[in-house]
Amino acid sequence: MHSSDLQFFPPPNARTHEVCGPGAFAFSFALAARLGGKILWVREAWTTAQLDPNGVADFIDPAAVTLCNAKNQTEVLAVAEEALRSGAVPLVVMTLSQPIGLTEGRRLQLAARDGKSTGVAVIPDGMGSNAAETRWRCTPLYDANATFQDSTLQKWELIKNKSGTLGVWHVRWHTTSRRLIMVPPAGK
Amino acid sequence: MFDGIQRRVVSLWFPRLASDRVLRQHLRNGPFALTLKQQNVNRIYCLNGEATQLGLHQGMSYADARAFCPNLQSAPADPTKDQHFLHILRRWATRYCPWVGVEGADGLVLDVTGSTHLLGGERAMIVDMRRRLSRAGLSVQIGLGNTRGAAWALAHYGEGIAPSSDDMLSALGSLPVAALRLDEKTSVALQRLGLRKICDLAAAPRAPLTRRFGPSLLLRLDQALGTQPEEITPLKDPPRYGVRITFPEPIGLLTDVIAGTERLLIQLCRKLKTQEKGARMLCITLRRVDQDQQQVELRLARPLRDPTRILPLFERGLAEVDAGFGIDQLRLEATQVAPLPVRQISHMSDRGTDKLDDLISRLGTRVGLDNIQRFLPADSHIPERSFLIAPASYSEPKSGWANAKPRPLCLFLPEPIAGTGPQPPSRFRWRRMSLTTGRATGPERIAPEWWLDDENWCSGLRDYWRVETTQGRRLWLFYTPQNPGWFVQGEFA
Repeated sequence: MHSSDLQFFPPPNARTHEVCGPGAFAFSFALAARLGGKILWVREAWTTAQLDPNGVADFIDPAAVTLCNAKNQTEVLAVAEEALRSGAVPLVVMTLSQPIGLTEGRRLQLAARDGKSTGVAVIPDGMGSNAAETRWRCTPLYDANATFQDSTLQKWELIKNKSGTLGVWHVRWHTTSRRLIMVPPAGK
Repeated sequence: MFDGIQRRVVSLWFPRLASDRVLRQHLRNGPFALTLKQQNVNRIYCLNGEATQLGLHQGMSYADARAFCPNLQSAPADPTKDQHFLHILRRWATRYCPWVGVEGADGLVLDVTGSTHLLGGERAMIVDMRRRLSRAGLSVQIGLGNTRGAAWALAHYGEGIAPSSDDMLSALGSLPVAALRLDEKTSVALQRLGLRKICDLAAAPRAPLTRRFGPSLLLRLDQALGTQPEEITPLKDPPRYGVRITFPEPIGLLTDVIAGTERLLIQLCRKLKTQEKGARMLCITLRRVDQDQQQVELRLARPLRDPTRILPLFERGLAEVDAGFGIDQLRLEATQVAPLPVRQISHMSDRGTDKLDDLISRLGTRVGLDNIQRFLPADSHIPERSFLIAPASYSEPKSGWANAKPRPLCLFLPEPIAGTGPQPPSRFRWRRMSLTTGRATGPERIAPEWWLDDENWCSGLRDYWRVETTQGRRLWLFYTPQNPGWFVQGEFA
């Protein structure tokens, strides 16, 4: 099934979503590829984990990635809000380390609506805010039948949805055609 | 040459320009010298008056000078700053006439033809120059003549004003031949021939002199006497990108300040457009009625000269200004400019990057322009060095990412895990998780770059394995065969 046929993906535009779990980065870049490629990645400056552009190249052109190192989480949110409001990039990803309140979450929603761009907050497990439109948990799965070229099989759980039902999907990123493929759950 | 009006040239010679410049900043009493290291010897570069009276001279070694004069104070010379200072003086000298050129490393030449009466005549003008320069702490020798050569001769050998007549020879005749801007060798040779003064030289037959010394000697003589023309090249002022506006009544509202800034921006951008330049850094100075000044700086991600795009970027900075009792002057300056040629607008031009550049500029005012970065490809097999992170505003996006081997999405510093032997461990603990290896692909051997000294790679070769754990996560492990140990360095998407 093509990503254009998938009903659950991409999640509603002009909203801010939340992703948690080990597969959150893959979700963000799959979404970036679906939304046209350009992405602004806002993170706190102390983060030691580094994106590897050679790995990013499986999803989008690394030249389309703009990184922003902010001093603390407040700056991250301020930068993300400004970027969402300007609408210059279709996708703004922010990595958060602390839970955000309703006010901050709502401000992000309003900014995304004004700029008609999508925001994704990569959050630690269980630290979601009430203002998020949807919340996803992405976990990689082991697939004994896969060959080594296959990308990771992932389980994407929609654990919060303000305007619809929840669901679980098993997906896999197809590197050469750069699209998301839905696969039947393993072992069934 | 000139019909009806006699050309008049002033030559200013600053014999102690370098030391005067330093002494202007830190006044010192007693003998003082500037030293310059030439061919591994510290030599005297410039002296003040007292040191000259003690018998020191330029070019002698600093050690000798200290032996003659133990209380000599010194400082290192800086010829570039001296040149800069001379250009400041050149700009100052345009108060006397518009036609000012630089003469060598320590002099100025002014074509004052027709402008002396504005300052009360030649004599009054010279007195005024001398007064102002001595008040600034500069020693100066001034010569005024009909030609550049004559003015130079008078400035260097016998200060004075040559009478404004066609006959320059009577004014210059008694000066030594060296006053004709000759090199050392020629002037010594002329003195050996008995031609010590300019009048001797002018009286000598010309043909043998040319045969003996070449055409340059008589050219210098003719230039000094005015039979050969010599021009003065005035230096062009570098374009200045500063505009200001003064208000009859102080203003305090943000909308008013923004409206004022807009007017200035329109003026400035017109200036930039004529020079085909774009502003890279802008600085607006707001002067309050109590003479306090506040500055708002704006760094742009791309050179720009479009007022409608720059103005919104200023809003954040201007909102933070404390207006106090009101602002009565705004001054906008482009402190850094970059070439921005006029370009054809076409359907091919991408609109999207404009918006992104504006966003980068705006975010730059908040987090600093250097903190907004992008990836650039680099030529290395070492995973950490296979890419560069460069400030987005000072680099162009580059493609050319060739990854033959799969690479992880996320890299971190190597984290040690328990494991022995060259095969990946079947069970291991990583980040307090117990993981079981389901499938391992590898090894991919990467050798350290021996020509670079990298302490992260001092453990030698690395055999990289792609390990799929049955818990789901795909990790990038490596084994160091020369220094046995297992590490986790990345995670695949």
